[in-house]
Amino acid sequence: MADIQVYKRTPAEQKLAQRRAKQSMRSQVMMFSLMIFLTLVSFSMVVAYQAGVAGFSKYFIIPMVMLFAAVQVALQLYYFMHMNEKGHGVPQMFMFTGALLGFLIPLTFVTIVWW
Amino acid sequence: MSSVAQKKGFGATLWDWLTTVDHKKIGILYFLGGGFFFVLGGIEAMLIRWQLHKPNNDFVSAGLFNDLITMHGTTMIFLAAMPLLFGFMNAIMPLQIGARDVAFPFVNSLGFWMFFFGGVFLNISWLVGQVPDAGWTSYASLAIASEGHGIDFYAIGLQIAGGGTLMAGINFLVTIINMRAPGMTYMRMPLFTWTTFVASAMILFAFPPLTVGLFFLTFDRMFGGNFFDHTMGGNTIIWEHIFWIFGHPEVYILILPAFGIFSEIFPVFARKRLFGYSSMVFATILIGFLGFMVWAHHMFTVGLGPTANAIFAVATMAIAVPTGVKIFNWLLTMWGGSIKVTTPMLYALGFIPSFTMGGVTGVMQGAAPLDYQLHDSYFIVAHFHYVIVGGVVFAILAATHYWWPKMFGTMLNETLGKVTFWFFFLGFHMTFLIQHWLGFWGMPRRVWTFMDGQGWNLANLISTIGAFMMAIGVIVLVINVIITSVKNVRVGNDPWGDGRTLEWAIESPPVYYNFAATPLVRGLDTVYIEKMEGNESGITPAEPIKDIHMPNGSFIPFLMTLGLFIAGFGAMYRTETEWGLPVLIFGLFFTFVCMAARSLKDDTGYYVKKEEILRDMKRKGGQN
Repeated sequence: MADIQVYKRTPAEQKLAQRRAKQSMRSQVMMFSLMIFLTLVSFSMVVAYQAGVAGFSKYFIIPMVMLFAAVQVALQLYYFMHMNEKGHGVPQMFMFTGALLGFLIPLTFVTIVWW
Repeated sequence: MSSVAQKKGFGATLWDWLTTVDHKKIGILYFLGGGFFFVLGGIEAMLIRWQLHKPNNDFVSAGLFNDLITMHGTTMIFLAAMPLLFGFMNAIMPLQIGARDVAFPFVNSLGFWMFFFGGVFLNISWLVGQVPDAGWTSYASLAIASEGHGIDFYAIGLQIAGGGTLMAGINFLVTIINMRAPGMTYMRMPLFTWTTFVASAMILFAFPPLTVGLFFLTFDRMFGGNFFDHTMGGNTIIWEHIFWIFGHPEVYILILPAFGIFSEIFPVFARKRLFGYSSMVFATILIGFLGFMVWAHHMFTVGLGPTANAIFAVATMAIAVPTGVKIFNWLLTMWGGSIKVTTPMLYALGFIPSFTMGGVTGVMQGAAPLDYQLHDSYFIVAHFHYVIVGGVVFAILAATHYWWPKMFGTMLNETLGKVTFWFFFLGFHMTFLIQHWLGFWGMPRRVWTFMDGQGWNLANLISTIGAFMMAIGVIVLVINVIITSVKNVRVGNDPWGDGRTLEWAIESPPVYYNFAATPLVRGLDTVYIEKMEGNESGITPAEPIKDIHMPNGSFIPFLMTLGLFIAGFGAMYRTETEWGLPVLIFGLFFTFVCMAARSLKDDTGYYVKKEEILRDMKRKGGQN
């Protein structure tokens, strides 16, 4: 019933699509190595703390590991789950709103319920 | 499946309504279900007011009074106000954006049946004789200690109804994001669609906390949990937080669609475009956002400490700013317009002062130090009835008159409509204005009776008389509906004559596929633009007439919900009867079987043939 439409790309479109795909691949490989690097840094920080290296206190490492984790989540969402592409404005808005509330509500619980 | 009117037997009609996935019919079902519970909640309100009309009254017992106030609040919020608004959202919003249905018609039907069965479950408590009695907020210290199955009815009934609400909200969101007609950008959407969108987003974020809270309560009461039991390391305050994290957004979920309804009514009857459209949109979003940041203002006297109280007090007062923007925009919409005072417009005119009064007392309570004086007094009762009745119920009544022709194809009698308005409006102010002073004079809320000689007698009597005037108003409305339905005088596309949005460009009620051809939207108030440019039909089609894909009706939503309904009774009687556990398991199993049936059996819908659409159009004389 519904017609299936077959669309053939022109050579120019094909070239553009290929270039886009190449760029996307390059950025994905870059981000992947960056993420592995961040994981390595976090891991070695914890090892350094356990080995008792001077300067690696708990109060430095925990926030740093948290920060790295947040960066990794963002990279994951933007580069591997394609949130950096067009047409993702509405999902982004909902995700940020949800993340904000998901952060704020536990914060109040920690500060005023279980003080 | 033809749109040509044909005689059907009672059984076939009933089956049609039980299995429908048409958004217009589901809208009417929500409207009828919500209307039924509205009357039920209203009767409870009358009993409460009769009990309080004189000192030392013993019309109802203290226990029954607790049942009545709890069920009045719960019924009115969850089972009357929200479904009635959902009814309008379902019936009108897809028409306003030029869609043929909502995004998930099956889920839409499921949402309705879950609301309905949840509501029925809650009200079966009256038949069992064990009724929720811990207030509509059901604070855990009271709820855990409550004997009998009253609170179990509350927890499970609201769980089922709340699931339906969440589904409806998600459905509206997806519909508005994905199914707008060509040219209908976000900033061309009518305000009712915008407020539906923001309210649905709030449902998405606010109902999961309610679900969690109700699960905690269910486990504490029925499955030996200790979330709220401080003797076992729980914390009773957690319920208050969770409830209000849901509960405060909930009141904005109610009022935002009401704002949307009035934003539709003002331009039509002032015959002038809405003043400050973009600031209205911005204010709506801002209210939706701030609505999540203020829940602890319900808990100032819990002892959160001055810092927390100050933060939440400031956030609360900030909401007055976008709300003020809206009020002024409505006033300026009317400024210089040629105003027609119809029944919907009367409600809109009555709404502005009434709601503003409720808003101002809200800011008073937002001041934490003053709230210590006002807390749990009749001042609070006066405040929230001013915003909910003066805002939400006025909007529902206005929309009932305004969209009645679009939903049912007939016009409610204007004279009777105005009679309803004046009884309701005057009765409303008589009931609740005096309650502000009752609060100042020290009358606490939720009291069963009061003693003579405290200076409360006259005020309470006035309040009761007002409540009965509101009841007369509603009875006149019901009579109006009956007369109109019996006379059955059909009306045209735009019976108000000044319709500006897409729903007024199609017939009343619309054919089941809504638009013969998807419309092209060229601006805000698209029908008005088309008319001004000489296009009498009000619509420019965006595509040629072609086959339309439509979903099939389904009985599965009804059965799915029935399973949950049965499981609810099993959970409730699990510990004290032998049949409890098997019934619980059977009910859930039944629901899962229905879900499997839905998932495994492909239902690809059907097509409305081009020839049928052309035939329909010919019958209507070529109009869209």
